[in-house]
Amino acid sequence: MDWKDTDYAGWGRALRAKGAIARPDTRAALNRLEAAPAFGMRRSYGDAALNSDGRAVDMSGLDRLIAFDPDTGQLQVEAGARIGEIAAAFAPRGWLPAVMPGTGFATIGGCIAQDVHGKNHHHMGSFGQHVSQITLLQNGQEISVKPGTRLFKATVGGLGQTGVILRATIKMQRCAGDVMLVTERRAPDWETHLALLDASTASYTVGWIDATATGEALGRGIVEEGESASGLVRKPKGARKVPFDAPHFALAAPVVRAFNQAYFYRVPARGRSVVRPLQDFFFPLDKIHDWNRLYGKRGFHQFQCVVPLEAADSLRAMLAEIAGSGLASPLAVLKRMGPGRAGYLSFPMEGYTLAIDFPNRPAARALIKRLEARAAEAGGRLYFAKDSLAQGAQIAAMYPDLPKWQTEVAKADPAGALETDMTRRLKLRSAT
Amino acid sequence: MNSSWIILGATSGIARAVIRKLAAQGHGMFLAGRNQTELEAIAADCRLRGARMAEVMTFDARDHSNYGDLITRLRDEEGELNCAVFTGSMPEQEAIDADPNMIEGVLADSLTGPATFLQMLAPLMEERGCGAIAGVGSVAGDRGRLGNYVYGAAKAGFATYLSGLRNRLGRSGVHVMTIKPGPVDTPMTYGMELPLMTTPDAVADDILNGLARKTNVLYTRKIWRLVMGIIRVIPEPIFKKMSI
Ligand SMILES: Cc1cc2nc3c(=O)[nH]c(=O)nc-3n(C[C@H](O)[C@H](O)[C@H](O)COP(=O)(O)OP(=O)(O)OC[C@H]3O[C@@H](n4cnc5c(N)ncnc54)[C@H](O)[C@@H]3O)c2cc1C
Ligand SMILES: NC(=O)c1ccc[n+]([C@@H]2O[C@H](COP(=O)([O-])OP(=O)(O)OC[C@H]3O[C@@H](n4cnc5c(N)ncnc54)[C@H](OP(=O)(O)O)[C@@H]3O)[C@@H](O)[C@H]2O)c1
Repeated sequence: MDWKDTDYAGWGRALRAKGAIARPDTRAALNRLEAAPAFGMRRSYGDAALNSDGRAVDMSGLDRLIAFDPDTGQLQVEAGARIGEIAAAFAPRGWLPAVMPGTGFATIGGCIAQDVHGKNHHHMGSFGQHVSQITLLQNGQEISVKPGTRLFKATVGGLGQTGVILRATIKMQRCAGDVMLVTERRAPDWETHLALLDASTASYTVGWIDATATGEALGRGIVEEGESASGLVRKPKGARKVPFDAPHFALAAPVVRAFNQAYFYRVPARGRSVVRPLQDFFFPLDKIHDWNRLYGKRGFHQFQCVVPLEAADSLRAMLAEIAGSGLASPLAVLKRMGPGRAGYLSFPMEGYTLAIDFPNRPAARALIKRLEARAAEAGGRLYFAKDSLAQGAQIAAMYPDLPKWQTEVAKADPAGALETDMTRRLKLRSAT
Repeated sequence: MNSSWIILGATSGIARAVIRKLAAQGHGMFLAGRNQTELEAIAADCRLRGARMAEVMTFDARDHSNYGDLITRLRDEEGELNCAVFTGSMPEQEAIDADPNMIEGVLADSLTGPATFLQMLAPLMEERGCGAIAGVGSVAGDRGRLGNYVYGAAKAGFATYLSGLRNRLGRSGVHVMTIKPGPVDTPMTYGMELPLMTTPDAVADDILNGLARKTNVLYTRKIWRLVMGIIRVIPEPIFKKMSI
């Protein structure tokens, strides 16, 4: 059977869809299918990978490594291959994908279509900047897409609207081995936190922020810096699972505050350096499978925005509003981004990005709406991989290259066969 | 010592998950099946994941004419030989009712094809005195049921064959494991509503653990041992009226 009626959701589980899904595991099986939007592991939080009442193709079965050139580091893979599997296979041989998002389950197709960023964005830029070729399936035809073309810019970060990504060649980066040397430092407040991020020269840098801390402690957190290394470290334990939907008090405000407190004081005041398995550093949440169920049946939203460097104060004001609301979830992430981006709709801009989870409740939705407005005012941007509540007009203003993207997409998919719940909600293909 | 795995039905959903893990452990891989394009793609993937080498072999369960050549090639491969069998087909029972000649093919895919091959491979493994054979049966082989008794008969036959082969090869240090999966989420079952479904990846982990522990009959998921234990003891006069 090719198509199966399925009830499915984005990673946040707040937005859901019903529709027919196919999961081909050979090219021949894919070729039998009529055109439909593709998705990877549905690690996008909102509706980027949903197509209500329509069809969608799950690409996770087409996930083979095709070829690797150790002289150049060029790796060709099928689009469904997961970034974490690639890292695990190649790190022992001294290679890593140049850019990895915070979950190893993201597929190459998903990494391209969202032009994802990693903890090294300030040095390495976005995922798409390390892609040297993409093979698209467009209206039954295979098309090779190269960097520098308009079609490439419309495909990278393009939410799958230019065709189904079949395979791609990515440039791998040399690494020392399959462990990470991690330095953790406490940042007692917002100013110190930003200063540590600004001053960091490490290959990988990220700030974990306690979004429940208020007053003097507003913006406190742990700044983590990492370098790849080799050496002996115990193998990561098998993943744990959240076996059922948690009751909604699991992440109630007092629990979250206590957790954050403990997380902050876990690192000694003078800081510390530890050796960690690669997975633990890059994909800390993957250790708990299905952790999204911790938020219960109603699901959750992640808010992520980036604001320009000079708008850091606006971001601080947003954080103050979040901290005051008592709605924040355990860990929020603060990062300094560089300017690197590869597509018309890529998220990154030079500045600071904040990502934070909220349970799916009316008060949180209202808060997110206010944060979105503040991000827009600050000249910032919202991230399609996380968004589930924004509005079309707001988004159009944040993405000035939207018209260029629309022109390419109109050529690539004139019939609109690849539209998703997200492109419809945000009127991406028609907004002006 | 060199170690190699021969995989019959290497394109199967379950096989793919097992193959990945074996490749990452560095074994040499002989990938046998009908679809050369797919097999080549899997072989390339194996090499990149760390397999010592990966080679494609043509294997059709319904055509035994080249098995001799395959055995000749394997004889040249030094070291420990292991073999895992994943071939099988499960046409709708109604399709078989409409065309009873299909039974021959179902038996060939799950039983006579792989058994013929294993029978030719066994002396080689006996000679070397090491290695393992893992063959996939099914919980469907534990009792004939309304919905798929021809498929069940083929799997029951294969399980009985493997039990005999275990009896024989155990004497020369070759372990034989019978795998009895319940429903697994692969192309074979995509779109079917089946109870206690598991993933190819979980089954692959169970298989590798089972081999390490020299399990004789492996139910995966484990719960199926209990479920089938109960189903097997239901008296025939009652069972024949049930549709499960
Ligand atoms: C715990 C966690 C941490 C994360 N950390 C980060 C981070 O640090 N940085 C970051 O940038 N992102 C991060 N993300 C977001 C994640 O990297 C992206 O959502 C990514 O797109 C997920 O990949 P996927 O394969 O699940 O894609 P999906 O969510 O399934 O799809 C994403 C989009 O890509 C399209 N698509 C997917 N595959 C194809 C294909 N083969 N052909 C055409 N279109 C396709 C879909 O249509 C959809 O529009 C994180 C997500 C989680 C859950
Ligand atoms: N999925 C389940 O729920 C389940 C449960 C219990 C047991 N099993 C058994 O597990 C095994 C693997 O199943 P799967 O779920 O992974 O199914 P699958 O993906 O459909 O695999 C079946 C495999 O058998 C091969 N095959 C069929 N006829 C063949 C022939 N004449 N010659 C050579 N190869 C042939 C197929 O090759 P092609 O690619 O060339 O078609 C394919 O590799 C099967 O024996 C199945 O009966 C499965």
